[in-house]
Amino acid sequence: MLYREAGQFKASYAADQAIFPIAQDRVLMAILLVVAAVVVPLTATQYLYTAILIPSLILALAAIGLNILTGYCGQVSLGTGGFMAVGAYTAYNLFIRVPELNLLLVLLAAGAMAALVGVIFGIPSLRIKGFYLAVATLAAQFFLDWVFARVPWLYNYSPSGSVGVPDLYVFGFPVITPTQRYLFILAIVALMALVAKNLVRSSVGRAWMAIRDMDIAAEIIGIRPLQTKLSAFAVSSFYAGVSGALWAFLHLKSWEPAAFDINRSFSLLFMIIIGGLGSILGSFIGAAFILLVPIFLNQVPPALGIPLSTATISHLEFMIFGALIIFFLIVEPHGLARLWQIGKEKLRLWPFPH
Amino acid sequence: MELQDLYFLIEVIIGGLMAGVLYSLVALGFVLIFKASGVFNFAQGAMVLFAALPVVRLIEWGVPVWAAIAAAAAIMIGLAFVIERTVLRPLVNQEGIILFMATLGVTFLLEGLAQQIWGSEVYRLDIGIPTDPLFLGEILVNGFDISVAVAAGLLVAALIAFFQTTKVGRALRAVADDHQAAQSVGIPLNHIWIIVWSIAGLVALIAGIVWGSKLGVQFAMTFVALKALPVLILGGFTSIPGAIVGGLIVGAGEKLSEVYLGPIIGGGLENWFAYMLAMVVLLFRPQGLFGEKIIERV
Amino acid sequence: MTRRLLATAGAAVVLAAAAVLPDPAWAQANEQFMPVLVYRTGPYAVNGIPFADGYSDYLNMLNERDGGINGVKLVIEECETGYATDRGVECYERLKGKGPTGAALFNPLSTGITYALMDRAPVDKIPVITMGYGRTEAADGSVVPWAFPILGTYWSAADIAMNYISKEVGGVAKLKGKRIALVYHDSPYGKEPIPVLRKLAQDYGFRFDELPVTHPGVEQKATWLQIRQNRPDYVLLWGWGVMNSTSIKEAAAVNFPRERMVGVWWSGAEPDVRPGGDQSKGYKALALHTTGSGATAHEDIRRFVYDRGKGKGKREEIGEVLYNRGMMNAVLATEAIRTAQERYGKKPLTGEQVRWGIENLNITEARIQDLGLVGMMRPVKLSCSDHEGGSRARVHQWDGQKWVILTDWIEANQKMLRPMVEAAAKKYGEEKKITARDCAKTS
Repeated sequence: MLYREAGQFKASYAADQAIFPIAQDRVLMAILLVVAAVVVPLTATQYLYTAILIPSLILALAAIGLNILTGYCGQVSLGTGGFMAVGAYTAYNLFIRVPELNLLLVLLAAGAMAALVGVIFGIPSLRIKGFYLAVATLAAQFFLDWVFARVPWLYNYSPSGSVGVPDLYVFGFPVITPTQRYLFILAIVALMALVAKNLVRSSVGRAWMAIRDMDIAAEIIGIRPLQTKLSAFAVSSFYAGVSGALWAFLHLKSWEPAAFDINRSFSLLFMIIIGGLGSILGSFIGAAFILLVPIFLNQVPPALGIPLSTATISHLEFMIFGALIIFFLIVEPHGLARLWQIGKEKLRLWPFPH
Repeated sequence: MELQDLYFLIEVIIGGLMAGVLYSLVALGFVLIFKASGVFNFAQGAMVLFAALPVVRLIEWGVPVWAAIAAAAAIMIGLAFVIERTVLRPLVNQEGIILFMATLGVTFLLEGLAQQIWGSEVYRLDIGIPTDPLFLGEILVNGFDISVAVAAGLLVAALIAFFQTTKVGRALRAVADDHQAAQSVGIPLNHIWIIVWSIAGLVALIAGIVWGSKLGVQFAMTFVALKALPVLILGGFTSIPGAIVGGLIVGAGEKLSEVYLGPIIGGGLENWFAYMLAMVVLLFRPQGLFGEKIIERV
Repeated sequence: MTRRLLATAGAAVVLAAAAVLPDPAWAQANEQFMPVLVYRTGPYAVNGIPFADGYSDYLNMLNERDGGINGVKLVIEECETGYATDRGVECYERLKGKGPTGAALFNPLSTGITYALMDRAPVDKIPVITMGYGRTEAADGSVVPWAFPILGTYWSAADIAMNYISKEVGGVAKLKGKRIALVYHDSPYGKEPIPVLRKLAQDYGFRFDELPVTHPGVEQKATWLQIRQNRPDYVLLWGWGVMNSTSIKEAAAVNFPRERMVGVWWSGAEPDVRPGGDQSKGYKALALHTTGSGATAHEDIRRFVYDRGKGKGKREEIGEVLYNRGMMNAVLATEAIRTAQERYGKKPLTGEQVRWGIENLNITEARIQDLGLVGMMRPVKLSCSDHEGGSRARVHQWDGQKWVILTDWIEANQKMLRPMVEAAAKKYGEEKKITARDCAKTS
């Protein structure tokens, strides 16, 4: 009823190629943005910001990055945490050594540096594939972890190896309170998600998907595997780098290399599996989901009168993640995003599904 | 002094080789499963914990050692059944990478389940492996390491014998060669999977007992899987001797790097050194040192 | 299709419920909210569990025996951090606003989490107690008003350990030419003592080796081979979790005498030595307090908590090193609340009020008697500028069955440490753009 595209004619190529070809989608997206940018800041509690909204937005950004590499280009990576660390430490070093630099430029540089490192570690992907590559990306993870723990210049000779940043300003505006941080992150993430969405619809994105579906076949139809794979690594790491810088600067504020360890890489991979491989929307849903499950387990059973011990809760969390991953891979490899799609299809026919 | 240094070098190499054998024990489980079902089973580390916990807890409750080990073996075989039913069968004919990610899920499931059932503290496991240092002339070796190396050697010999001489072993090799061909000559794939996952479970049990005696049975045991991965890459996913040789190279390589390179560029590098080594090898031999050549067709 | 719909519905419920539920719906009860950050699972659970048990049991004991603190009931909520900083931050954000007056204080029980909370605490006005761990700079309360490394920082620990070693070798002068190795957990926790040890090495003329062990520390053969090669006279151990027991076993494997290993107080508990069996015999570590469960407070915990079936752990684990550590932490927290109540009234207090209580904490010998902790701890007195309250520790040794105290209380050399702390705090203040308080003016 509400969601029907009848009567919406695409009269130009531009209209045909729009991100949201259906008017209702555009309206929905606009409403979502208004809610995120206006309604949330008016209503959200500090808890909602700092424990849910800010971390899930930042992690969604990293998940988009990983999704570009894994979901679109088919190269599984277990090193995203390491690339996030590159972003965080690049940003930190720029920040303390060139204090007058604008925060946006710092973030950009963080992404660029991560992209560079990503390309270097992406080179083996030309020869090794699949889980061989997955294990090879672990090399990046462990090596980068080690570098940031062992090269004193990178953590400014802090005796404990832990670094931190003071309150931040962008163009003189403070980014300190949760609301300010949230809006700043929202702006960046929204922009970068839009770019990602357009990238994967472009010829670059189609080349990535061709490589994913079968790289030899792609090569035969004239896609150059070198450029394509490395560009996926670069873009993916850029997103991870920016996200790492945001995670460090605006979420943790004080951090050590362990904040970007292998568990971070795993949880990002889980986000895109559960959220949806090859879906920008899925990255957001997956990030929110992974973040909310432990909170749910902590809050809901006691509220229902089933007190669980702390240990049981965290073991349950392990088991639920594990089971969900298997469940989604078997039942719905395209994750929660696909479920949303199916919901939309149903809505199209509703209430007369014939 | 120079002789001293030489002795020390030998000690480092021996120590490394012995550590490598321990990694190989875990890597063997990966290889077995990969050979027969083409699944890169990330859960092997979790299976080590899952197998060792019941052993140690049952012994604690007064069950004799052999019975506890038997019970754990039964649990691992049961686990193979469950995994085959709930994970492998529904995902049959999926891409390897999907199966890999599914085993990531299995990893988390097992880690949570094992700790929930058996507890998350550290449990001491002592089945009488000698641990005292021995001196061979000037050179110090660890009694524990030697026992483990002997055990690992026996295990590998037994596995090779099993694969080469028994009927089931032949069937396993046939499946590893070509799933479809094996199926068409009447080898039941599902049974083979259960068998091979059970064997991998038993290997995990042995690895669990060995690592458990070394570390105490606790959650941190699952991390040894991460140590086994470069071994696997180096040796190739499909080769049992490769797992052993890969383990030896990784073990010796990382100890040498830590001892001789560590003081120069900063310690703690053994964690990534093995991975880097493996990656460099991959660049030249994408199938690992002993792996079968990968042939791709469109 | 139904399965899919089920999944959608399930996911939606999870998302909605988790996002909406945290809204605290608290009656204006006479309750003080006590958040507890714990790790009962994961690689460090081995050490996290007894600590968490001790902490909760003591608070529960106060509730059962006295009805809380002066009639204000303590409400305890645990949150699992898994020793991960981001999880710790999430726990903090979730729990800080709970209860009628918000969280009284936090015990992060992880150096990494402490670092992250130190930035948040001043904003939210919630104090952070890091007993025997945390960031050394916080010992200077004029720069870091909200964090309290009571009873000892790692710098003090390093100094105490070296003090003990110098006594063992027969005086400070004899340290010259000796070789001391530090085997440490490669994290802020393990790196903290290094500056002091470097300085001591310079002052006393011993040679100092730094040997990092990567998380979680299951494989240390190379480290110990280096020790075998370098033959240090003593090894300091700064480990946590599985790393400790592995170190002791590897020491045995290279024949390094356990008597010449000295662990920090986080490397000297039962889970660290038990896996090694006989190999751990002779191993030494610093002790912040006594072990054993003979104090009156332990008796009360058994009587009021375990006999009523409300104990968190196992009865026989009462009195273990980390259990007592958790208890001590709870004692400091509750005594601080009691102190603050004297000033602000016997009602639930805000974090800011509790902070005053911690800063003016003064546990005297007589008070220790009243608390039923005789022999377990030393008197503590904090002030605006001194958030450590002096640092003393003893050395205890594992005899294969139990920990045996070897020495009297050894005091850290504050004359040397304090200027270092102040310099570090100054740098910290500059980095974080904090202006120091003038401690002469605060009441």
